[in-house]
Amino acid sequence: MSGHSTYEPRTGVEKWIDTRMPIVRLLHDTGVSYPTPRNLNYFWTFGGILTFMLVVQILTGVVLAMHYAADSKLAFESVEAIMRDVNWGWLLRYLHANGASMFFIAVYIHIFRGLYYGSYKAPRELLWILGVIILLLMMATAFMGYVLPWGQMSFWGATVITNFFTAIPVIGQPIQTLLIGGFAVDDATLNRFFSLHYLLPFMIFGVVILHIWALHVTGQNNPTGVDVKSTKDTVPFTPFATMKDGLALVWFLVFYLWFVFYQPNFLGHPDNYQVANPLVTPAHIVPEWYFLPFYAILRAITFDIGPINSKLGGVIAMFGSIAILVFLPWLDTSKVRSARYRPLYKIFFWVFAVVCVFLGWLGSRPAEGTYVAMAQAATAYYFAHFLIVLPLLGFLETPKPLPVSILDDVLAKNGGHGHPAGATAAPDKH
Amino acid sequence: MTHQMFRWAAAAVVGLGIGLGSFAAAAAEEEHAGAPTHFPIHKPAYVNWSFAGIFGTYDRAQLQRGYKVYKEVCASCHSMNLVKFRNLAEEGGPGFTEEQAKALAAEYTIIDGFDDSGEPVERPREPKDPFPAPFPNDNAARAANGGALPPDFSLIAKARAVERGFPWFVLDVFWPYQEQGPDYIHALLTGYQEPPEGTVVPEGQYYNPYFIAGQSLAMAPPLSDDVVEYTDGTPQTVDQYAKDVSAFLMWAAEPHLEARKKLGFHALIYLVVFGALLGLAKRKVWSNEPH
Amino acid sequence: MGTATIQSTGSTAGGAARGDVGKEPALASTHTSDEPTRRDFLMLTTGAMGAVGAAAALWPFIDQMNPDASTRALASVEVDVGAIEPGQAITVPWRGKPVFIRNRTPEEIEAAKQVPVAELRDPVARNDNGAADAVASDENRAAPGKENFLILVGVCTHLGCIPLGQQGDFGGWFCPCHGSHYDTSGRIRKGPAPENLLVPVYTFVSDTRLRIG
Repeated sequence: MSGHSTYEPRTGVEKWIDTRMPIVRLLHDTGVSYPTPRNLNYFWTFGGILTFMLVVQILTGVVLAMHYAADSKLAFESVEAIMRDVNWGWLLRYLHANGASMFFIAVYIHIFRGLYYGSYKAPRELLWILGVIILLLMMATAFMGYVLPWGQMSFWGATVITNFFTAIPVIGQPIQTLLIGGFAVDDATLNRFFSLHYLLPFMIFGVVILHIWALHVTGQNNPTGVDVKSTKDTVPFTPFATMKDGLALVWFLVFYLWFVFYQPNFLGHPDNYQVANPLVTPAHIVPEWYFLPFYAILRAITFDIGPINSKLGGVIAMFGSIAILVFLPWLDTSKVRSARYRPLYKIFFWVFAVVCVFLGWLGSRPAEGTYVAMAQAATAYYFAHFLIVLPLLGFLETPKPLPVSILDDVLAKNGGHGHPAGATAAPDKH
Repeated sequence: MTHQMFRWAAAAVVGLGIGLGSFAAAAAEEEHAGAPTHFPIHKPAYVNWSFAGIFGTYDRAQLQRGYKVYKEVCASCHSMNLVKFRNLAEEGGPGFTEEQAKALAAEYTIIDGFDDSGEPVERPREPKDPFPAPFPNDNAARAANGGALPPDFSLIAKARAVERGFPWFVLDVFWPYQEQGPDYIHALLTGYQEPPEGTVVPEGQYYNPYFIAGQSLAMAPPLSDDVVEYTDGTPQTVDQYAKDVSAFLMWAAEPHLEARKKLGFHALIYLVVFGALLGLAKRKVWSNEPH
Repeated sequence: MGTATIQSTGSTAGGAARGDVGKEPALASTHTSDEPTRRDFLMLTTGAMGAVGAAAALWPFIDQMNPDASTRALASVEVDVGAIEPGQAITVPWRGKPVFIRNRTPEEIEAAKQVPVAELRDPVARNDNGAADAVASDENRAAPGKENFLILVGVCTHLGCIPLGQQGDFGGWFCPCHGSHYDTSGRIRKGPAPENLLVPVYTFVSDTRLRIG
């Protein structure tokens, strides 16, 4: 798919560089001439938005680290010094804090786009798995970042999450002690979380490069799910995809900056404006919104399953809810990628999406009364979607006929409008 | 045709909103039927703040009055460790002059270093120094307040927010409503009342249905009419005091609010114009490519 | 943001990616005669606006490295100089640097006044309270009306070490790092330092109270 390079060095300098280290050629082939399916919709712009958000988070993060003190006695006040005294400090911190939420909004849209259009199916399994790894790294980074301001939610979030490990029989407790570097979350924990919070984004960056590499080997999926059959199906990345990605990015920025400037604390929790107090737990411990569905799954397991007690069961279910994504390419037995041509899957996709949002809502509720039962039902459905619905659907469903090619589909959709007359004749020419 | 569909959709959304709203209200009422278990018992009322909305700015005179209320009433128990006297003269704040801030600071002293014989040196506070704390440490604060620790007020306006519930919390994003903190403080300060019949209030506690973490709290009603003297003719009522001190605390928690809203407006205008231009450019680029 | 570049890379790359440059069908971008100018203008405006926005967004990332508000608030200090006996000096921290406040003896003042300006290594006063090109006479460096007081930033103008007081060949200051000698007016007389010790901005708020900065 990537084929031979179309880069032609023009100036002497370009030639000199090209024979020694063809980096300009690499950039040209991946960012300019790379063939992009012509029918991509705006859901395909979130990859570019995510790359941008990663850069924003790294830049604002590096700058914030210049003023932050990773010491339990200083951390809270150093963050407040950023908010009050550092030039533009309030802006940089609000960009970073809200940027984390925007990152997750974009990544969830990106993932659900992949689910809808079957972007995880052969030959894109590795691409998908690399994405799951990025998601896990993002979660770890976000969690550790939330601990750094050393507010009440920071402290108790860290306490609860690191206690996951104590669920493991026998070795759990020593592992937890090792991870937090003490008998409770304290200075040692804060320091190592800061270190790792600075490191992980660069690891994400590395995996993102692998993710893009894998993408450029297989080529992008598209709304029809039909493979690119000829060069008529594609347009060059620049200017077509770059313009579209850029446009989507600007409107995403409007959304992002609205929060930064007009609702900077909406996505945070008021309790985190109180300094950490190891002796008092807040009334409701709630993780950041992007963890809520997983938090609901964790709390849904209130019963023992054979030798597995409810605590370990909850932790397994929670990690399992992400790990199951790795196996998705093989759990989905349908030969057809896009939900557009899968009438039954389309319904189940939306049911699944609603269940995920519902789980998120349940994660924000106290774990009591009917909420627990609802969380158990939703958790059961979450796993059933992957383990029962998707494997069966491939056999039960009769897909709609697929278009011959991407171009064919595009021209049929346009119905002869909005494109030059010659275009209709194009497929015949080939 | 599409117009009609849009109308139907809008009607459906409104209907759904009303339905969910009344459902939530009914559920809330039900909750309050027995002994209350969810707090606050009453949600705070909206106050018309000058700093609300996209173009909000602080009312300088109000912040100055609020500082007076804090200084003469709240400061006897509540510290504001993160706020410095110089902040009082900084842009977007109460608008004191630098000389005024210096004079306000000099009303207090601070221990700063040691003299040649090793004795601590006490000097007047300067603009760079923080507000003085009423108690030397938390233990002293608890001991003086019957075991309850009066929280620091530097961030209190951002550290308190009553849960809004659906659908309000979604609408709040666009409204945009971000004054939960001052609304809550105002509601609490004006919300002390006689407990309803049958409600037992523990010794040393005061009934207040607006308190976020119970039905009573250890703080006695701090304000009463005419307790602080206003020189600008503003009414000396509990309600006015509560509004002024809430506004002051909001400023203390978010001193760059004005700069934020102003920059935000410019940034978003820029992005909308740039987005529109980029949209045209994108359309041009794609104009001859079916997609 | 050359529009020409976008256009040319677009069409060449597009054509080449299709692998048949010669027989490109009507799908490729075709231009009517008036189109390029309008498109160029739009592209140019959009590109320029994007560049301006990106540059503006960069500023907070740079400016955050400048001294913050709490540092700037420390920019002036007040000192009581009433207790400094003639021949003594005190050192006070100002902006993280030492400031020497020396109450000079009549002999020291006299010695400083005797030096002809023409003989000095650095003939400029280096006094932030006066003109930038004032000559380095003792009058131009000592406190006006209180010529016994000399107020200096205690940082050697060579490479930033702290000179030692009442030492060196001229009885003023001596920098132990690389051997610079300053006289009783804080002027460089011998050694590698290029300039006289800097006199910071200061005012006497009262007879004995000095504000630096």
